[in-house]
Amino acid sequence: MKGYLKREDDFETRRQHLAGLTNEELKQKFWELAEKTVDPLLEMARTHTSPSIERSVLLRMGFSSIEAKPLVEGAIDRGLIGKGVGHIVYRISKEKNISIREVGLQMIEGMHWEDALSIFKGGNHNETIQS
Amino acid sequence: MKQYNPNEKLDMHDILKDLENYRPKRKGWVWRKKIDNLVMGGHQYSDCSEPLKNSIGIPAAVQYFDNLNPQPQETITTEIASGRFEDDIRRMRMAAWHGADHIMVIRTAGQSHYDGLIEGSPQGIGGIPISRKQVRAQRKALDFIEDEVGRPINYHSYVSGVAGPEIAVMFAEEGVNGAHQDPQYNVLYRNINMVRSFVDAAESKKIMAHVDMAQIDGAHNANATARDAWKVMPELMVQHAINSIYSFKAGMKKENIALSTVPPSAAPVPCTKYDLPYAVALRDLFTEYKMRAQQNTKYITSSSREATVTHVMNMLISKMTRADIQSTITPDEGRNVPWHMYNIEACDTASQTLIGLDGLMEMIELKTEGFLPEKVRELKERSILYFEELLEVGGYFEAVEKGFFVDSGMYPERNGDGIGRKIHDGIGANTVYKRDDDYFAPVTAHFGYNNVAQYDKDAIDNPASLIGGCTLEDPDKIVFIDELDENDNVNVRMAESEKYRNTNMIKPEMEWLADGTVVVELCLPTSKRIAEFAAIEFAKKMNLRDPEAIHVEVLHPSEGVRVQVKGKLDFDLDISTLEIPDEPEILSFEELWDEIERNPMKVVAATVGQDEHSVGLREVIDIKHGGIEKFGIEVEYLGTSCPLEKLVDAAIELKADAIMASTIISHDDIHYKNMKRIHELCVEKGIRDKIIIITGGTQVTPEIAVQSGVDAGFGKGSKGIHVATFLVKKRKDMQK
Repeated sequence: MKGYLKREDDFETRRQHLAGLTNEELKQKFWELAEKTVDPLLEMARTHTSPSIERSVLLRMGFSSIEAKPLVEGAIDRGLIGKGVGHIVYRISKEKNISIREVGLQMIEGMHWEDALSIFKGGNHNETIQS
Repeated sequence: MKQYNPNEKLDMHDILKDLENYRPKRKGWVWRKKIDNLVMGGHQYSDCSEPLKNSIGIPAAVQYFDNLNPQPQETITTEIASGRFEDDIRRMRMAAWHGADHIMVIRTAGQSHYDGLIEGSPQGIGGIPISRKQVRAQRKALDFIEDEVGRPINYHSYVSGVAGPEIAVMFAEEGVNGAHQDPQYNVLYRNINMVRSFVDAAESKKIMAHVDMAQIDGAHNANATARDAWKVMPELMVQHAINSIYSFKAGMKKENIALSTVPPSAAPVPCTKYDLPYAVALRDLFTEYKMRAQQNTKYITSSSREATVTHVMNMLISKMTRADIQSTITPDEGRNVPWHMYNIEACDTASQTLIGLDGLMEMIELKTEGFLPEKVRELKERSILYFEELLEVGGYFEAVEKGFFVDSGMYPERNGDGIGRKIHDGIGANTVYKRDDDYFAPVTAHFGYNNVAQYDKDAIDNPASLIGGCTLEDPDKIVFIDELDENDNVNVRMAESEKYRNTNMIKPEMEWLADGTVVVELCLPTSKRIAEFAAIEFAKKMNLRDPEAIHVEVLHPSEGVRVQVKGKLDFDLDISTLEIPDEPEILSFEELWDEIERNPMKVVAATVGQDEHSVGLREVIDIKHGGIEKFGIEVEYLGTSCPLEKLVDAAIELKADAIMASTIISHDDIHYKNMKRIHELCVEKGIRDKIIIITGGTQVTPEIAVQSGVDAGFGKGSKGIHVATFLVKKRKDMQK
């Protein structure tokens, strides 16, 4: 057994506070509760990122799926993902005055990461979700 | 890509050619255009949309109504899952001709756990590996097919799994029009970490919203997974709400958010008592959202008849409430055999049912008192109580950890058997990172915190301007990867079946070109197990390789069993060796009617000799059987056993244009002798050059009849329209 809660149907006693609501009030309540449920999830999404999100950013910047992967891994390995992996490529491209695509391909070869670490002052060490 | 006419097969080589440079011609979801009071074929339709340019109607439409094919207002889905995208394309074309405008491509098993994009065109299992190449080829083909049928086709797949945002970007770039996206699906059914799923989902949804893709949620899976599907109804509404409002807040328009809703039960339970209140409650609560009505698959078996009836019952619920997208599960989903023909049958089932129920709600209404509204209210309250407890225990993640979801009890009843997941477990656990204050992403459609201002305050609304536009503005930046695996790709597969590609060689097929698969149906007068094994033995003797019983149904424990067997044929056929007689020429109803109205025609008819049979002749004459009277031809029927001379004299007296003689008895060739005699009598009486003589009967061979001196003979299977066509054309020839 999974040890989850077991309970008889107590609908009739539980529903007492809803019994007096109109259908319209019921609908309003339903959506208020739904919003309350998703709001913290959206806030978490707003303030966090993931390897897939960062790869999707790199795809949009003109890298292939094969190229995006090692770039994101490179940033995670160096504690820099919290800056945004597209950001790192963008910044190095600006600093070195090399095109985004070219600089990204050089980073896949291992170049420029030291510069990235010094520009971003060591990053925030990949702070993950703790709850 | 070249333009094909309907008599030409699509050339896969042509579709694959220059694919790296192909750009989709449009993006975004398109709904059907409703037409108020559409008039077609003399009928007025209440709930229909713009007709198609090219299509094939249901069999009755083709046979009796000159392909009358009004299109329901609901978008019709077909699900395609063969594992080879090149063969799926041909099925898409067939489905589009049968009314599908939402083509949902199922992904290969296991793709949701693939951490990245799949590239190339490997073969899949139960669907295709969704890659840029396969998506682009299919969208390219659909760009042609939608022009061919004259209605936009929505192409759809899945933005789920651990690579959701990347897939969303690829879909947005490639013109995919709709997708499933629901983080709860990842969590509950794919054991993907819940934090990762929700964080990724917001990004995916924002990307989908940017190109106006429609979204379908994953709640219907709870229905298919729960022990008693109808007990999960309160939770289903909670799941729909979580994904809907999350999507809206992530940037999607409500009109692009569709609930995947399934009537939860099926006969033999009194399903309408569950399904109708549930459908009403859901639509009451989700007024601004779209409904994608999925068929119940929980209780599907290998009986395609039964699946079809469930489909029809489910569409009655759609019709009595609301559906914006009507799904069609192929009736053989229950036996995992994805035949082309059953996809098409399911599209026809949708068309037949929705058109048959046209205008239903103008004539009836749902009750506002009694069982229905009471149940509706109860379901809404149960779902609110669910939300209340979910928030009480600390929110969504905590509720999942405590096994709230897919419990077999009707909430608030709980049976302790739900699907529970841990916040730090699952695929992709602990891979979500906090964005730093200087976090930045120079791209379009990025969700959440993005410190663009650190580089350019003016670029806040358009971060991609900092890189001169991203792939969503400049598709030339997209990197197209052709193939990565030299053994598992479309070129290798096509080379294997090249013999059958646009040549004279054919083989039967179920899903892949020349797969050789056929189905044979047998009824065996024995018991179930014996019948099953006997059927396989019969199939072997019919030269079927790998025979397998795919459906067994007992008609009686000892008297009879129905078995469907599938197997493969090892031989093919060169169609150039076939001897195919010319099709009898047929004029249209209008052409015949016009001609007879302008130029009336009279015929004398009888069954001749010592012959009392009259059924065949009456069928060819009678208006109610579609006989020649239907076209306005006047018939003087002289009855049966009519002497030949009497028939010819009557023709002279009535100044008839033609004599029609039916001869059934053929002993000693008496029928041909009679024909010859009629001809001779007409010559003797001096009317042969002015009169048409035709004869018919089940034993009449047309060629021998003509040799016997008459103008035409009509054998088995002849209909009034064949006879009328001949009469009109022959008379014209004689008048020349």
